Amino acid sequence: MWKNLYAWLDERLSLGSLYKIILDRPEPKGNWWNTLGSASLFLFLLQGVTGIFLSVYYTPSPDHAYDSIEYIMNGVAFGWLIRGIHHWGASLMVLIVFIHMLRVFVTASFKYPRELTWLVGVGLLLLTLGMGFTGYLLPWNQRAYWATTVGTEIAGSVPLLGAFIEKSLRGGADLSALTLARFFAAHIWMLPAALAGLIGVHLYLIIKHGESQWPNKDD
Amino acid sequence: MSEFHSVERRDFVTIVLAGLGSIIAGLVGLPALGYLIDPALRARKSEAWIPLGKLENFEIGKPTLATFTRSKVNGWEKTVSSYGVFVLRKSDAEQFVLSNVCTHLSCRVNWNEEKKQYTCPCHDAAFSLEGEVLGGPPPRPLDRFEGEELKIEENVLYLHFAEG
Repeated sequence: MWKNLYAWLDERLSLGSLYKIILDRPEPKGNWWNTLGSASLFLFLLQGVTGIFLSVYYTPSPDHAYDSIEYIMNGVAFGWLIRGIHHWGASLMVLIVFIHMLRVFVTASFKYPRELTWLVGVGLLLLTLGMGFTGYLLPWNQRAYWATTVGTEIAGSVPLLGAFIEKSLRGGADLSALTLARFFAAHIWMLPAALAGLIGVHLYLIIKHGESQWPNKDD
Repeated sequence: MSEFHSVERRDFVTIVLAGLGSIIAGLVGLPALGYLIDPALRARKSEAWIPLGKLENFEIGKPTLATFTRSKVNGWEKTVSSYGVFVLRKSDAEQFVLSNVCTHLSCRVNWNEEKKQYTCPCHDAAFSLEGEVLGGPPPRPLDRFEGEELKIEENVLYLHFAEG
């Protein structure tokens, strides 16, 4: 019965060849350093799922942001677990993405024909840092408030355009309800959408070109 | 294939991975489900004995308004509602309490001493001293508390409040 069902689906979706192309690709040489990209992808999905769960209770308003997180931590069953995973997963994702980039650099995997994979990866790194920056404000505690004050001031030190960039990030001259709302929108809609899109491109390029050989003495 | 190799290495790995995966999925999935449905599992406890005041504050034969507030906490939001009730002592031993919420559209009724009736400012409803409808649109008498819903302790009248 299951075999027939699978055959029916496979005929229409070609699951077998999908599996072969996406998951059963030849690896040049088994190496744990080559798993960091998959680890980053896993962390992205983990952050996505825990983030969706957090949005069930979190409220992006200065009046309620802090209280709603207090409620998640102390009021809701396993709220501490969901938020804990999201909190630590965020730090871990930045770390893993960065080590992944170092690995690609050290093994010279960014060279022809994988330059675009590298460039898209740079975009992914910046977006990941953007996620960290916007997510840091959401608890709306002292640390979040002042970290964002300083962070947006740094953005404001850009020559000529600085003042405009700072105002655009804050949604006004000061940190306010508008800042919290737009950081929230960026954190849960804009940046994740951009990340998901670029991850798609990144994965397509990896599947298309395969993984690079580890360099040897002749290279 | 000998009987010692009835499970192939590949199958063994698949089974172990599937088993471990299921355990991990359960460890994460069940708390996640609990997280989502947690507010629905909480029993709301709102019943309490509310002290309305000392007995001598309530003149026999004349309805007297007593007010109190109840707060409700939903997640991180606290709402405070005010309530008013009319206490009427018929004699030293007999008393009842009427809600001041009109049964028509929940306006608050007042006691009119001249007409000896409760009147509602919204749609001219009138209730008798006992809370029965005398005129106007209300569909039923004022909500009434008596007997088990009242108690007197150390000369103070208490109302058993059960509303959410």
